[in-house]
Amino acid sequence: MSTATTPSAAEAELAVQARQAQAKSAGYWAGVWKRLRRDPVTIVCASLLLLMLLAIVFAPLLAPHDPYQGSMIRRLRAIGTPNYPLGTDELGRDILTRLLHGGRLSWFMGITPVVFAFVIGTTLGVTAGYVGGKVNMLIMRTTDVFYAFPSVLLAVAISGALGAGIFNAILALTLVFIPQIIRVAESVTQGVRSLDFVDAARASGASGFTIVRVHVLGNVLGPIFVYSTSLISVCMIIASGLSFLGLGTKPPEPEWGLMLNTLRTAIYVQPWVAVLPGACIFVTSICFNLLADGLRQAMDVKG
Amino acid sequence: MILYLLRRALYAIPIALAVGFVCFMLVQIAPGDPINAIVPPDAPADVVEQVRKDYGLDKPLPMQFGLWLYKVVQGDLGRSLATGRPVWSDLSTAIGNTLMLAFCASLLGFLLGCILGGLAGTFRGSAVDRGAVGLAVAGVSVPHYWLGMVMVVIFSVQLNWLPAMGAGPGGSSDWSWDWDHVKHLILPMVTLSVIPMGIVTRTVRGLVAEIMNQEFITALRGKGMTRGAIFLHVVKNAAPNALAVMGLQLGYLMGGSILVETVFSWPGTGLLLNSAIFQRDLPVLQGTILVLAMFFVALNLIVDLMQTALDPRIKRA
Repeated sequence: MSTATTPSAAEAELAVQARQAQAKSAGYWAGVWKRLRRDPVTIVCASLLLLMLLAIVFAPLLAPHDPYQGSMIRRLRAIGTPNYPLGTDELGRDILTRLLHGGRLSWFMGITPVVFAFVIGTTLGVTAGYVGGKVNMLIMRTTDVFYAFPSVLLAVAISGALGAGIFNAILALTLVFIPQIIRVAESVTQGVRSLDFVDAARASGASGFTIVRVHVLGNVLGPIFVYSTSLISVCMIIASGLSFLGLGTKPPEPEWGLMLNTLRTAIYVQPWVAVLPGACIFVTSICFNLLADGLRQAMDVKG
Repeated sequence: MILYLLRRALYAIPIALAVGFVCFMLVQIAPGDPINAIVPPDAPADVVEQVRKDYGLDKPLPMQFGLWLYKVVQGDLGRSLATGRPVWSDLSTAIGNTLMLAFCASLLGFLLGCILGGLAGTFRGSAVDRGAVGLAVAGVSVPHYWLGMVMVVIFSVQLNWLPAMGAGPGGSSDWSWDWDHVKHLILPMVTLSVIPMGIVTRTVRGLVAEIMNQEFITALRGKGMTRGAIFLHVVKNAAPNALAVMGLQLGYLMGGSILVETVFSWPGTGLLLNSAIFQRDLPVLQGTILVLAMFFVALNLIVDLMQTALDPRIKRA
């Protein structure tokens, strides 16, 4: 399995899948869509995520109060208080409003690092897999080093050293996920590289760049993309975790992890209000996870 | 195979060195002069210069790394900025506490994961399977620091059954195996066990289902072998991969317990890291990360060697 030096069985399987990918016809995406539509779990998760996305995008219109404006006389109200349906926090700010606004940063910090890591990791991984030799050696051995840290530890180490801040947290998380994507990209690319149609392209005089662009990328992006979607859930948990530790977002900015941290002191007064932001992280994370599972099955990528 | 084992063991050395280098660089990437990470901000200028010389910070970077490494190998991780004590003195007790918590949590997680995964893999497609898969997904998706808070709300605040904080009565950090201490362990242990439970369930389910589909199982059935005996064959085939996943999970928990330890004020490396971050105590941060990462490197090596030894089919050149 995913030990430090050898690609896991799952990664090897990804390569095999990529090999079969050449058999994909024009109807491939139609097939994927058909399979996705028939998968109730994926549909429910995707709809929930879409609803949440709309809610946080239109947060300023939907939120009943100001996310920063608190009041000392209405601190820590219970769930169901008139005017404050989800209660108020330790500074008297409306929880519903802050959850709506907080989702923006939590989603942003959960998705951006994966997008960056997807771009950088795919570039490096495909290069390593296609070029091979010394380039492969250099990239993959560097990857091994970062793999030698548990993800949470590496994220905490980097953002802990750089100091609190959204930018530093995103940088740290991107660095955490790049090696993981490189590994998958490299093993999938190696599987495709040795196929006949790549040899044929080379024999007909195509340059390395053209081969990668036309023949390799089309066959490797699918599996890498599916793998990356499954990282969003992890990324969101770690990103909110960083804010929970006081790294990442700084107060008074609304963010689910940070809200969870500041509400921790209220756990004996309004316990159920205090755990609400975490419930939001949980629901988002589980939906992204199930969505990634659904995509993997629909796109017929194993791993 | 001996050759492979030897090469794998030797490969751990450059990895460990590189991991050390990354930890060394942590202080370098910190904003500001690294000297500020070693001396308190109110130190007089001549002391600052003296420390700069003592630590070799006036020398080029590669030499600094060499000097740092030389000290680390001798067990000198520097001094804490906050307390002035050697980093190692606080770290050694903390690491023991983290190790115990991570070990108990992984054990519980593995046990549950093997049972759930085994059942799910054997009765694929049944209600048991769906339940186990659902639990597994929830286990890997749940923010464990939040789960910890929910546990505290239910079992400490509402029911008042178990303590919410610390590792022993009166905030003591000395461990002993009596009920007063063990009841402090339960909530963090259960919270932390959820992740390995989820991952082990998924792995074992996949392995069992795959093995059950293989021809030799059909052959054994055809031979009239009992279910129990077939079960032993499945276990034997699934063990190497399952053990590898479990070994790595223990390592991930060592690093991942930071957040859960913070929730429960468990006196381990997580709490140490948390206060180091809060006080910007970089020597403590660096030392703790280094020790945890080295532990993970060693664990990786052991898992790899064990997997090869257990499964002679794995022939890696």
